[in-house]
Amino acid sequence: MRHGAAMTRDPTRSFQDMILALHDFWSAKGCLILQPYDMRMGAGTFHPATTLRALGPEPWNAAFVQPCRRPTDGRYGENPNRLQHYYQYQVILKPSPPDIQDWYLESLRTIGIDPLKHDIRFVEDDWESPTLGAWGLGWEVWCDGMEVTQFTYFQQMGGYDCKPVAGELTYGLERLAMYIQGVDNVYDLAFNTNGVSYGAVFLENERQMSKWNFEVADTEALFDLFRKAAAECRLCLENGLPIPAYEQAIEASHVFNLLQARGVISVQERASYMGQVRDLARGSCEAYMAKYSDQWAAAYPEWAA
Amino acid sequence: MNDFLLELQSEEIPARMQAGARADLERLFRQQMADAGVTHGSIEVFSGPRRLALIARDMPARTEAVSEEAKGPPEGSPDQAVDGFCKKNGVTRAQLELRDVKGRMTWFAVKDIPGRAVSNVLAEAIPAIVRAFPWPKSMRWGKASLGTDSLRWVRPLSGIVAILGEDLVACEVGGVASGYATLGHRFHHSGEVTIGGAHDYAEKLRCCHVIVDHEERQDLVRAKAREAAEVAGLRLMDDEGLVIENAGLTEWPEPLLGRFDEGYLDVPPEVIQLTARTNQKYFVCQDAGGKLANAFVCTANIRAVDPEIIVDGNRKVLAARLSDARFFWELDQKTTLADHARKLERITFHEKLGTVADKVQRVAKLARWLAEQGIVPGADPDITEMAALLCKADLVTEMVGEFPELQGLMGGYYARAEGLPDAVADAIRDHYKPVGQGDDVPTAPVSVAVSLADKLDTLRSFFAIEEKPTGSKDPFALRRAALAVIRLVTANGLRMAVADGDLLEFFADRLKVQQKEAGVRHDLIDAIFALGGEDDLVRLLARVHALQSFMATEDGANLLAGYKRAGNILKKEGYEAPNDRIAQTGEEDPLSLVDDPDVGFIVAERGRAAHYDREPAEQALVDALDRAEPAALAAIEGEDFAAAMTALASLRAPIDAFFDDVTVNDPDAAKRAARLALLSRFVAAVHKVADFSRIEG
Repeated sequence: MRHGAAMTRDPTRSFQDMILALHDFWSAKGCLILQPYDMRMGAGTFHPATTLRALGPEPWNAAFVQPCRRPTDGRYGENPNRLQHYYQYQVILKPSPPDIQDWYLESLRTIGIDPLKHDIRFVEDDWESPTLGAWGLGWEVWCDGMEVTQFTYFQQMGGYDCKPVAGELTYGLERLAMYIQGVDNVYDLAFNTNGVSYGAVFLENERQMSKWNFEVADTEALFDLFRKAAAECRLCLENGLPIPAYEQAIEASHVFNLLQARGVISVQERASYMGQVRDLARGSCEAYMAKYSDQWAAAYPEWAA
Repeated sequence: MNDFLLELQSEEIPARMQAGARADLERLFRQQMADAGVTHGSIEVFSGPRRLALIARDMPARTEAVSEEAKGPPEGSPDQAVDGFCKKNGVTRAQLELRDVKGRMTWFAVKDIPGRAVSNVLAEAIPAIVRAFPWPKSMRWGKASLGTDSLRWVRPLSGIVAILGEDLVACEVGGVASGYATLGHRFHHSGEVTIGGAHDYAEKLRCCHVIVDHEERQDLVRAKAREAAEVAGLRLMDDEGLVIENAGLTEWPEPLLGRFDEGYLDVPPEVIQLTARTNQKYFVCQDAGGKLANAFVCTANIRAVDPEIIVDGNRKVLAARLSDARFFWELDQKTTLADHARKLERITFHEKLGTVADKVQRVAKLARWLAEQGIVPGADPDITEMAALLCKADLVTEMVGEFPELQGLMGGYYARAEGLPDAVADAIRDHYKPVGQGDDVPTAPVSVAVSLADKLDTLRSFFAIEEKPTGSKDPFALRRAALAVIRLVTANGLRMAVADGDLLEFFADRLKVQQKEAGVRHDLIDAIFALGGEDDLVRLLARVHALQSFMATEDGANLLAGYKRAGNILKKEGYEAPNDRIAQTGEEDPLSLVDDPDVGFIVAERGRAAHYDREPAEQALVDALDRAEPAALAAIEGEDFAAAMTALASLRAPIDAFFDDVTVNDPDAAKRAARLALLSRFVAAVHKVADFSRIEG
């Protein structure tokens, strides 16, 4: 029975099997397998399991799928590569283990990428998120010229030095699957091995969401949401609650992205809105650090904020 | 004598940093060895994505014993000074020696430093080199980064091989200990590779699919990429930057040719090349007719089981990129450039200088004026204005948003596609030129007018709000803009006042830098600028060139000597003519004062009337000046600067004779005054051509 179940799993022919294979792999490497965060966000890095857990000295190893929403990337389901909603697979390893590159390459093998058949390369790509007050050094990993993973050693988060440094791997799941399955259109991906395509699950979603993002969303309501999220974030900070504060920063960031897609934020205003989101995110990180610093310093004498 | 091998292994080192890293490694190593007194033979350095290596030939086993001495304070100095000296040199007071230094007894510290084993020196040098390595960007990693002082490196440092002869140089830095083991190719070789020493390093790694020598990899990329193109009947478009980058990204480079859908060739070739180059690091090819072909060459890092799989993957990625580019290309053309230009109202050029649309309006006005005034001959004012109004429109197109380096070029394409006149399309395309030293200077009249207006507006606007370059800071690239103006004006022989005040001085500085490369002396440029009032760069350079030719002659050199002598005498005697003082402000044209009723008579009087019998050489100089002054003036007026120099040359023999035969400092006060006045007149006459006081030599 167990043997039979393994036989049906094929990461090279099924999107969900590829995810399951990554879960198995990183679980075996000691990662917590978390579930997606239940909020709209532009990248897996926003997940509190990445952002907040990158702060402080405590070890933290986790892997999870995070749906990402980038309203301006919507193409009404008509572009074979671009989506306003897609999945990232995030692995966060703190402190970064010495064999992190080898582990990563091993994970590629488990989903069917043989590095003697495919040209795998680590190409310089430094990562910076002004909104999160974060930066890191690393690479984009190329598979036959295609970027399949962002590989980053976090150096700062929320304006604080990462002590210790965390290694972050972000796999672009649809791209990887398209490559492994050999399809040129994302909607043709096999979601499972029983004939359900990615398109059957998401095509209509892309059409309707693109229309809403670009044409329908009530901009006054969005501006209002932005203001409310900012105010709520500040309220949480005043009450010493960094986690709910950070949730509101995520919310404000996504609402800002929606406003951008509606084209109602001018070039001049843009910087100001980004500055507000940055202040909310940084404020949350600061509050998180403040709340736990003493406890961390006591447990890790070498550590200092 | 032994050879020394050092290899620093790292997770993938950015390709663009490798050349600098090789130079730094060699420099730091030489410095460490020099400081420790270790002699060595030649040094070779190598780099690749996963390692930096250095081989130093002919290292001795030990350094030589040396005796070092340091001179200290004189005998009888305060104790504090002597103790300080002892402390600094690590000796006790009893070890000091007294020696006679120019009759003064002075303390000396003499230290005998025994020879050291070179392996010990190296064991200390390696960690020092690693810690001092000046990476452009470095990072922390791993468990050790919990603390504050963990090692920083470009990416995690993963291993060190350090072998002197065949012996390990044992050392450790950042938790990484040296050993004999290194890594082979990431995929073609699993496990460690044991190195014996410098002698087998490159060959052992070659067996493990690593070509250590970056130059060998570059040669491979270059040759195999060309070959792949030739096999397909195409010609590779050489790109040395890509050769170096691909060699920096691979340990075992394998260039492979692929094809993309011919349909994408509708997109401008520059766009295809840029997409392939910057995003994918691919070479592109031309067909026999010199047209861009639907082919690319990628450089894999493995000897592939089936190269077609890799080529096919790369083709798909390029197709997606080209599909995006074609989408932008088509989308941008749905809007006219004039409509795109309207969106420039939303882009701030500079908070104190308004929007880009405001700038465009200023540029259009200035460009039209340059055409109307005939300053740029042959430029039709209406066409020029139209080109200027559209020249920045492509900044808001999708394509330029994606590839900012295509600004101008895309505007040119879109203008042509819209059916605008060629002169307009060309001007939009070329109005940023010349960008760098080697870039072409536009010559088409409309392009020249728009380019010149754009840069002059930038310079004048930023100078007006006091945003001038200082030191190494030039955030608005004003130096480059000034240089471009100089090249536009001089290459096209444009006669105009380029600037005044501070901005003119700024041009003078840029001109000196620019002309230095052309072999023009900066002091001669100063000598003309110092006359003041020269804002016409074409005339200025003609004058400088004539002056430089003249200074190369014997007459020129001697005249300069005579001028300096006259100047020194005048200075020593405290002689001051009213005219000199006025001329020295550098603002006004001293020649204009001849007509000034207040001082003109002084100029006319000076040196002319004598109340005594002049000596022959004195009279000869007066006569020579009477002839040379109007001749020089007329020549300058007529812009015949060679003739002006000839007029000056005629003064050389008379001034030499004057100094030989005439005593300036005559006891007769009247003679002395008259002769000083005559020398002053000579100096003034020379100044009509150039300020010789600025000339060196």
